[in-house]
Amino acid sequence: MLLAEEYIVEMLSGAEMVIRSLQDEGVEYIYGYPGGSVLHIYDALFQQDKVKHVLVRHEQAATHMADAYARASGKPGVVFVTSGPGATNAVTGIATAYMDSIPMVVISGQVMSHLIGEDAFQETDILGVSRPVVKHNFAIKDAKDIPETIKKAFYVASTGRPGPVVVDIPKDMTAPTDKFEYNYPAQVEMRSYNPATRGHSGQIKKAMDMMVAAKRPVILVGGGTIGGRASEVVTELAQKMNFPVSTTLMGLGGYPASDRQWLGMPGMHGSYEANMALHHADLILSLGARFDDRVTNATEKFCPTARVIHVDIDPSSISKTIAADVPIVGPTKSVATEMLSLLAKSKTSPDKSALADWWGQIDQWRQRHGGRYDTHADGLLKPQQVIEAVHKVTNGDAYVCSDVGQHQMFAAQYYKFDKPNRWINSGGLGTMGFGFPAAMGVKLHYPDAEVVCVTGEGSFQMNLQELSTCSQYGLPVKIICLNNGSLGMVRQWQDMNYESRHSQSYMESLPDFEKLAAAYGHEAITVANEAELMPALEKAFAMKDKLVFMNILVDANEHVYPMQVPKASMRDMWLSKSERT
Amino acid sequence: MRHIIAVLMENEAGALSRVVGLFSQRNFNIETLNVAPTEDPTLSRLTVTTTGNDRVIEQITKQLNKLIEVVKLVDLTDGDHIEREMMLIKLKAAGQHRDEIKRTVDIFRGQIVDVTSSVYTVQLTGDQPKLDAFINAIGESYVLETVRSGVSGIARGEKVLSI
Repeated sequence: MLLAEEYIVEMLSGAEMVIRSLQDEGVEYIYGYPGGSVLHIYDALFQQDKVKHVLVRHEQAATHMADAYARASGKPGVVFVTSGPGATNAVTGIATAYMDSIPMVVISGQVMSHLIGEDAFQETDILGVSRPVVKHNFAIKDAKDIPETIKKAFYVASTGRPGPVVVDIPKDMTAPTDKFEYNYPAQVEMRSYNPATRGHSGQIKKAMDMMVAAKRPVILVGGGTIGGRASEVVTELAQKMNFPVSTTLMGLGGYPASDRQWLGMPGMHGSYEANMALHHADLILSLGARFDDRVTNATEKFCPTARVIHVDIDPSSISKTIAADVPIVGPTKSVATEMLSLLAKSKTSPDKSALADWWGQIDQWRQRHGGRYDTHADGLLKPQQVIEAVHKVTNGDAYVCSDVGQHQMFAAQYYKFDKPNRWINSGGLGTMGFGFPAAMGVKLHYPDAEVVCVTGEGSFQMNLQELSTCSQYGLPVKIICLNNGSLGMVRQWQDMNYESRHSQSYMESLPDFEKLAAAYGHEAITVANEAELMPALEKAFAMKDKLVFMNILVDANEHVYPMQVPKASMRDMWLSKSERT
Repeated sequence: MRHIIAVLMENEAGALSRVVGLFSQRNFNIETLNVAPTEDPTLSRLTVTTTGNDRVIEQITKQLNKLIEVVKLVDLTDGDHIEREMMLIKLKAAGQHRDEIKRTVDIFRGQIVDVTSSVYTVQLTGDQPKLDAFINAIGESYVLETVRSGVSGIARGEKVLSI
């Protein structure tokens, strides 16, 4: 009898193995949309209740929901799509996750093996299509490989520099009649994939020596600090060293914005003081930032006096655009921790008098611009003041999921993030339509948290169909739509570079947003002036169980400043429409 | 500068397309490329010749290493190495030139591997300049068809690329 028990093996179909693997991986939610090639999988899904499925209205939204869940929680998001258009609709979301190094596992159905390559109905070579925008992808060629492949997909997606992984499963691999021995591996090993788990001690020591000797240092905190859950230790390091900190668009919240040592964001729409400090720095300690073109401006003019310590888990990010003097390959968290313990043991300490001078200079720069904006434009609301009001009404503690454009920059500049993983935006790809499904993904997992979608009437219309999903699952997100009746960032560039020829940047025939929200059973409030703003926001946020669409009419002529002068150095900025450094 | 990069990768469907895709996606050059399984059937060895400055070559090696299926790679041009390319070339060999062509093949240590009354098919191995020099010596007007394998390379001495 005992013997018999020991040899009980579970025989599952491919479809059942997909679902069981996700259960065993601890997956709580799948975001997806059914179709022909995934019908067997959806049938297996139906017959259990451990893993829940969220039915979106468009596959792109499923990927953004999964992505935002991953950004907020640190765990990989999971997506189901069918072959062909289901998979291609997911590509924008996969690319979004790829550019921002977000762990995600996308399981895509494929036409039956014998039809692959025959231009079958709903056939797309999604492995080929997704290849440039995934960390890796797998094709299932034998159904018994499903558990191990899914384990590998999670392993690859969530370790090293995270990223999206696609698993393509032909329909015949999931046939309910073909059963296989199920065994989900506790761990997998891949001889060709060994991500760094700690930095090189010698390099860290060398970096520390430079840091202690630095007279004009700046710490640059990037998305690697957020994704690597390193904010706490990075904050401690910065404070022990008394170094100024600039957080990139992907690094916002990696260091508390309310702290004196925070300078703001660097780069194209960075703060005056952050860009000036970087330009004049003698040392930049980059922790999980990748010096992309929106941060560096012209690379040959970037920070001429700075030596660069570049900490990144991905060696290919180091010295890609800016040559590193001390490259350190490793997770930000472990490297910063090692730096802290070196500092504790060190007999030398940071140069106090040099740092005092440096802080004096920085405080002067702070006076120059300080995030000011003009509030006297014919009674029209300024987008900046709306963000400040949202910060106030949410006590600065909301998850802010942004779309892409001017409103994104205003949110990044004026919602001062004190905590990591609260600012959720498409930084690398710049995907309009990201914000709303992202907010839904966060709200689903953090129902008690305040979740805000900052958007514009342009971006919002790229995924507004998800209003329906919100009704179905009861997702009371708050949508702050900065409605300027135009594609604000496009318009700003046209104002600055094309003599205000507003080619296709004006949005005619906007829907009546109040009626639109009402059609899906949601609330909406339109705000047209300053007097209405705070009461309306308070009313909206008091409706805990309601999705509220805030249609906030703002000045269409506002520009995002500071704005770096193209092809110039970090310190070359427009500070307003008329003032240039 | 020209570099020869030898790559060991998993012998799996799709691995090659990732390498080739990487080069076009990131705007890197490929001058020659060859790939075949190794003595270990789970591994393929790929040799790519490319050009670029140090920064570009560093990115190429890093990006290649980042591909999940790439197990190991080496830039052979970093050290002493041997490089060879194989060419099959079909030449017009009729009348008075037939002997002259045979002599040139002998000088270059090529082998005539197929013969008709008017055509020689020649096999020639060497580095790229040698193959180019042979074509020049023969004269392009005598060349009917060429096929070149692309460069293969291996380090000199004790160094080996294996796992």
